[in-house]
Amino acid sequence: MDRKIRLIVAKPGLDGHDRGAKVISRGLRDAGFEVIYTGLHQTPEDIVQSVIQEDPDALLLSILSGAHPVLLPEIMKQLKANEIDDILVLGGGIIPEEDFPALKEVGVEAVFGPGTKIQEIADFIRANLKR
Amino acid sequence: MTTEIQSKNTQIQKYVDLLKNPEKGPKKKRALARLITFIENGGPEAAKEIIPQLYPLTGKAHIIGITGAPGSGKSTLTSEISNHYLEQGLTVSVIAVDPTSPFTGGAILGDRIRMKKNFTNPNFFIRSMANRGQLGGLAMATKDVIHIIDAYGSDIIIVETVGVGQSEIDIFKSAHTTLVITPPGLGDEIQAIKAGLMEITDIFVVNKMDRDGADKRVAELETMLDFGENIQIENDYSQAKVVRCDGWRPPVIKTNGLTGENVPILLENIHRHFIFLEETGFKKKRLQFRYKHYIIEILKYFLVKNVEEIVFSNEKINEFIEKLLAYEQGSDPYTISEAILEVFLNRYFS
Repeated sequence: MDRKIRLIVAKPGLDGHDRGAKVISRGLRDAGFEVIYTGLHQTPEDIVQSVIQEDPDALLLSILSGAHPVLLPEIMKQLKANEIDDILVLGGGIIPEEDFPALKEVGVEAVFGPGTKIQEIADFIRANLKR
Repeated sequence: MTTEIQSKNTQIQKYVDLLKNPEKGPKKKRALARLITFIENGGPEAAKEIIPQLYPLTGKAHIIGITGAPGSGKSTLTSEISNHYLEQGLTVSVIAVDPTSPFTGGAILGDRIRMKKNFTNPNFFIRSMANRGQLGGLAMATKDVIHIIDAYGSDIIIVETVGVGQSEIDIFKSAHTTLVITPPGLGDEIQAIKAGLMEITDIFVVNKMDRDGADKRVAELETMLDFGENIQIENDYSQAKVVRCDGWRPPVIKTNGLTGENVPILLENIHRHFIFLEETGFKKKRLQFRYKHYIIEILKYFLVKNVEEIVFSNEKINEFIEKLLAYEQGSDPYTISEAILEVFLNRYFS
């Protein structure tokens, strides 16, 4: 039997829309993942603490406010400061394509925008686990 | 493969050493989290590398079990209770167990949402666990995880289980104090006198006290407790599945998890129960009982593993199987299993 894969789905920042995050959580549950959903309005500190304590295989960050160029690098910086380098970090929500390279640069492995099939995300996670 | 196991054991060792270090901080927290993952994924095989090293550091935490129907407010109340202990300067850890889907094996673990207030408090630790299909609501690994958190140095450990309801005896076996949350509007007196969950409760919590029917719920529970005290029946409890605490009438406490109303009263009662356990010697009795079951579970695992290995690798088993195929008196699967068991136990226990 394959080992269970644990994921955190988090909403950094101040946007109040988590329908997408909930759909993704539910879909990935149905794909056999254990999904920890941490709710709205998370600071980078909150998210990094959740990662430390829950020890997931991947962190999925959903953001629709446009604050991703600030918040996502900050989260990556704090993960690094805590010597957490063996988890897969993904972005989702409303993130313009021209911002992808800069996010990839700081370690956000891939970004999935509106219209992505959940199967695609599930396959990507399974293929790119770091441990 | 062997190098894989070796590297895993080196990793385990690194985290065990970090956990043994009395100095707290994010590194120690991460070590705790990593060890929990090893146990979740590796089961007793991983636990036997970890628990023996940490066991001498355990036995200090007050373990509180919280159970009740889905939506009764377990997580919200757990968060409130944690706040109070944190304000007292204590270290608090929460194990929040949620159900695994029987269809896909996946799970949504959503208890953290209710505990946002303390996410970044250095004295607070929350771990969400999927029950991975274990009946009774407590994930199999939970007992081991409780021990690791105890060794980490948590004053209070709160185990919040899946709210499946009446068969939640498991939690009682792991906790010092078991709280059952029962909001108004769920069931009548007959529910209250049913066996199981209601019998193992140390403290009843009627949460959502602002709702209609809270006082009625309290009255129903008190009536049930009166029944219990007035009916005296001679019974042999030596074979009971739990340790009964004579002399403790479970208090029934109304709370509001959202506003925190009456939570200090609940805490007083949790403390009073802990003192009761210590003064009456029930704490030790319950511990003896708990460890008996812990040992049985571990033995079951390793015995099954051994039995399978021995049976399948042993040539002699074929002689037994041949006998079975004769369809004669004394050659049935039960008689033969008994014969094998005798050989097996003689080899290992005499």
